[in-house]
Amino acid sequence: MTGPFEEALREKRALGKKLLVVYVTGGFENWEASVEAAAAAGADAIEIGIPFSDPVMDGPVIQQASQIALDRGTTPLSVLQAAADLDTGIPHAVMTYYNLAHNPGHERFAASLVRAGISAAILPDLPYVESAPWREVAAKAGIETVMLAAPTTPDHRLGDLCAAAHGFVYAVGLLGVTGERSALADTATKIAARCKAVTDKPVLVGVGIGSPAQAVEACTVADGVIIGSALVRQMLDGHGAAGVGQLVSSYRAALDEG
Amino acid sequence: MVMIEPTPDGRFGEFGGRFVPETLIPACEELEVAFREAWADPTFVDDFHRVLRDYGGRPSPLTECFRLSKQLGCRVLLKREDLNHTGSHKINNVIGQALLAQRMGKTRLVAETGAGQHGVATATAAALLDMDCKVYMGAVDVKRQSLNVFRMQLLGAEVEAVKSGSQTLKDAVNEALRDWVATLEGTHYCLGTVMGPHPYPWMVRTFHHVIGDEANEQCLALTGTDPDVVVACIGGGSNAAGIFSGFASSESRLVGVEPAGGAAVGRGVPGVVHGMNSYLMQDEVGQVQEAKSISAGLDYPGVGPEHAFLASIGRAEYPSVNDQEVIEAFQLLSRTEGIIPALETAHAIAWVVREAKNLQGQTVLINLSGRGDKDVDQMMEILNVDRVV
Repeated sequence: MTGPFEEALREKRALGKKLLVVYVTGGFENWEASVEAAAAAGADAIEIGIPFSDPVMDGPVIQQASQIALDRGTTPLSVLQAAADLDTGIPHAVMTYYNLAHNPGHERFAASLVRAGISAAILPDLPYVESAPWREVAAKAGIETVMLAAPTTPDHRLGDLCAAAHGFVYAVGLLGVTGERSALADTATKIAARCKAVTDKPVLVGVGIGSPAQAVEACTVADGVIIGSALVRQMLDGHGAAGVGQLVSSYRAALDEG
Repeated sequence: MVMIEPTPDGRFGEFGGRFVPETLIPACEELEVAFREAWADPTFVDDFHRVLRDYGGRPSPLTECFRLSKQLGCRVLLKREDLNHTGSHKINNVIGQALLAQRMGKTRLVAETGAGQHGVATATAAALLDMDCKVYMGAVDVKRQSLNVFRMQLLGAEVEAVKSGSQTLKDAVNEALRDWVATLEGTHYCLGTVMGPHPYPWMVRTFHHVIGDEANEQCLALTGTDPDVVVACIGGGSNAAGIFSGFASSESRLVGVEPAGGAAVGRGVPGVVHGMNSYLMQDEVGQVQEAKSISAGLDYPGVGPEHAFLASIGRAEYPSVNDQEVIEAFQLLSRTEGIIPALETAHAIAWVVREAKNLQGQTVLINLSGRGDKDVDQMMEILNVDRVV
């Protein structure tokens, strides 16, 4: 069954649009305004990061923002309570690490997402092979679980992995952690193409996209991109919601022009 | 039967697993296949034991502590892993993994280290086998173990001070994992303890099994029977896993001693970090807490999943000792036996000292996992001793 998050992305894709999903670190100063600015500037969906003490998949930019948010006393509850008040008109996902779902228990965590108006979850350290117990509970609660496909994922697993994904398939663009790179890795379009070959779900490339031009290049194959570190850098550098809005506009414009 | 192979999905009971980013799953699978093949290949196993003998100095002796035994009222035996090359048990695992990495065609090792013992051992193996080596060490640990940092550099390794998070062992693990995600093809992550994603907990324990095998034979030869109690300190739990595995099917009581400030089994609840489901010190929402003790090598908020399993079924027990007890034990062994133990190892001794009244007449085997040379500076500070010029 297709949930609201995936439905929204599919509808836009059907209109011939390339999809733009952006990541905002929850709990960072004025993050709510950044979410609203990103939505107003044309993002198709928002990933709200719940900061975790040991963000093993993240590079320096998101690590730093997470640490700042944690030092301000940010908790999963504080992020989700604030998220519940956000009305952007586009779907929201959370991106966080599995222990924050494991600690309260799958049922309670899924229920807390539902209460916050969140429709999808991305847990980068819960790989497909370990994900079945969470996916079952999440699906019952109506939470779509995004699966990450890596350049190293073997063909024999990719089909099952994409079949298990809900919301979209997160094609990890390179071997490495989150963060902008000076050029798009050739692994990005390769993994996107491999996913596209086995699923009709939206396939978005994330990790390593450093410019609107790179986003366009990734979208020659993928249905869209995820922009994280580039956006969070705007927040870290003190440009606030205005900087975030400008950045998202530049990606939106580039993707729309193609 | 305990301390056998984990299930195909890497479980010891409910603990273990492979909770790493998808990118690393194929690397873990490849490592598991390579390890199984190597361990079934007599040439590899012979090589491993030959290097441990000719280069590492195995077998390590079993030492009976006559003076300490008299003082405590129980028969204390020490398995002398401190006499291995590089000064601790860590060399067993590192030689195993480095030989395996070489067999897999890898040319670079990355490692995390706390006190620096595993980093030194990895740098040593890399020098021996002509491999590149990078060691991640928390910035806080770099300061308190500067001697080991210089050792690693002398051995040709690059040491990076990790400034994220709590700047200790857990953050060094994060950084090593991030390195590995980006460098998979030519790099092997030489994990230093029985933690992490499957197959590491099982593989690392298997490389340390030699401690338990030797100790079992040596005890039998000396005393004619198994010891009543087998004691080891626990950070991630590798030296304990090694010696426990030699007595898992015996009647011996197995005791893993945690630092009070890093008691993952004692104070933790099941959680998932660093690739595994195990006992973990975490706050009420699931953020991982910092471990804090006198010994950098035990400052890890988690514990190997097999220890979590052994605790959950009651096969092993995991008490903790505080820093003051450790300081006293460190001095006690030095004075009564002429052996300066590592601060990590002193945790095991401290528990025996505290429990001696309940161990009267029993035989107690302690895994003397490392020597204390690296800790002498820190002890001078703690004991407020001025350096005599």
